[in-house]
Amino acid sequence: MKKGMLMIMIFLVALVPAAVGAKTVTISVSQFVEHPALDAVLKGFQDYLGGQKMDVTYNVHNAQANMATANQIGHQIMGEKPDMILAIATPTAQACAQALKKSPHMQKTPLLFTAVTDPVSAGLVKNLQQPGANITGVSDMLPVGRHLAMVKEFLPGMKRMGFLYNAGEVNSKILVPLFRSEARKVNVEIVEATVSKSSDVFQAVKSLVGKVDAVFIPTDNTVVSALESAIKVCEQSKLPLFNADVDSVKRGSIAAMGFDYYQHGFQTGAMAQRILQGADPAVTPVETQEMLQLHINKRAAQKMGITIPEALLKRADKIYN
Amino acid sequence: MTWYAFIGALEQGLVYGIMVLGVYLTFRVLDFPDLTVDGSLPLGAAVSAVAITHGMNPFVSLLLAAAAGFVAGSITALLNTKLKILHLLASILTMIALYSINIRIMDGPNISLLGVPSVLDPLMALGVAGYLVAPAIYGLFALCITAGIIWFLHTELGQAMLATGDNPQMITSLGVNTHHIIIMGVGLSNALVAVSGALVAQNQGASDVNMGIGTIVAGLASVILGETVFGKSGVVRACVAVLLGSVLYRLAIALALGVKMGTFAFTPSDLNLITALLVVVALMAPKIKSKFSGNSAP
Repeated sequence: MKKGMLMIMIFLVALVPAAVGAKTVTISVSQFVEHPALDAVLKGFQDYLGGQKMDVTYNVHNAQANMATANQIGHQIMGEKPDMILAIATPTAQACAQALKKSPHMQKTPLLFTAVTDPVSAGLVKNLQQPGANITGVSDMLPVGRHLAMVKEFLPGMKRMGFLYNAGEVNSKILVPLFRSEARKVNVEIVEATVSKSSDVFQAVKSLVGKVDAVFIPTDNTVVSALESAIKVCEQSKLPLFNADVDSVKRGSIAAMGFDYYQHGFQTGAMAQRILQGADPAVTPVETQEMLQLHINKRAAQKMGITIPEALLKRADKIYN
Repeated sequence: MTWYAFIGALEQGLVYGIMVLGVYLTFRVLDFPDLTVDGSLPLGAAVSAVAITHGMNPFVSLLLAAAAGFVAGSITALLNTKLKILHLLASILTMIALYSINIRIMDGPNISLLGVPSVLDPLMALGVAGYLVAPAIYGLFALCITAGIIWFLHTELGQAMLATGDNPQMITSLGVNTHHIIIMGVGLSNALVAVSGALVAQNQGASDVNMGIGTIVAGLASVILGETVFGKSGVVRACVAVLLGSVLYRLAIALALGVKMGTFAFTPSDLNLITALLVVVALMAPKIKSKFSGNSAP
């Protein structure tokens, strides 16, 4: 029986072709889950480096939302001995940081994180200005005040705003107190609704109907992946829906002033290039995204029963009809 | 598969092997399909993480995690035995409740354990290469716990537990209270799962409320894989087999990760598919072997 097992193992190992060894830069990527925004980050990153005519070989791994697999990917990357690691989203960044710590031959390998909201509380860096080790990256912390101002501009009379998120996502949870304190300044009350999985979204939005004047969805992986059900409820009940990422506007949310995750990846690519050319990650400050784009969906606004102020339409970077 | 990926699979297989032993206790010994584990794995991680970040010794935190897991398991068993809720539903209820409880315990969905003490530190301090420390320590934990379970199943209580799963009428007629046995067994199982979760969190550098998703899937797959490939006759053999099954399952994932993506039509999103196919191949191994020996006999 042991022999049989061994033979199968040898057979399987033989199936795996050896990695090609060339004099190019190797970047191993650990992405947490397939998701339009995270996929866009990777694409932006690769497009930037591609545009700089850098010869990069990528080893792309995806944990398919499984933490155990994310850990194993950390070990897989140890064996790949890349020149740089790119970790997309918080859980994979933490797993890669831990793998780096355990591999003596990779103490100097730079680890760039991207699409991580709060790298300090995630334990990735000690200080945003002085990361201090070989880990740095780009944070997608939302400029909360600017988002709220946008919603207020659409709905000047708004008194209560629904905030829909997964309480199990650290990236969303930390936004709640930030939104509350900003909202207090403009006399808006935040009403929370939480989900624990994508299939809860429909019911959670229903629970907000009649209680709020608008619904805001942050960059929450769980909610955004089930955005269509939120759109459906909002259209039926004429409840304006806003998002924090522009990809969602295309799908049917009224507007977002946010992140283009492609730009986010693009910016991370620029940082990667600087570090590959010799910049020290220990003194490369963590960046946030400054460029925000306003995307508006006219048809969604119509279906959810609001008229868009002319000033906003003039300012918009992209309008869907 | 590189050497590091192999070591990584070994490490994950051993540390999740403790969880698999727990699943074996409920699924096979007690014949009690228990989904609580998806919640009790992060429960163990949460309790251990909170304890460590408040200054507790990481080894002692494992005992707390085990106690929390035991309580979670016994709640499932109480719902089943006392309130007569079907075992599957009872375990689902505990599992979904634990999601909220875990967030309460951690006061948020994620606690970072990067840079705080862990059970790996004593060996790290001796200067052993970092990537070898975890498989060594987890191997030791897994072996000790496997030995403990084997010993336990040979005690009078353990025998009663085996009998409760096999033939509840018979064991009741012998004057044993099966309710107590089930509460104890499901509790013990979840205590193991929680310890596994605590060790996983200390190794991966974070405790996360979502880390339990898919635990029961991995647990059942490992139990069945181990039994099919390594045999299940007798308690000793079965316990060792399910532990090895866990390692085999993680090896399949490591192999799938190592399949060079991009040059073929494979993309990173094919990972789960490749893993499933590799497990099918492993499950067929004993059949292929018996077929070959069958042909060579005449």
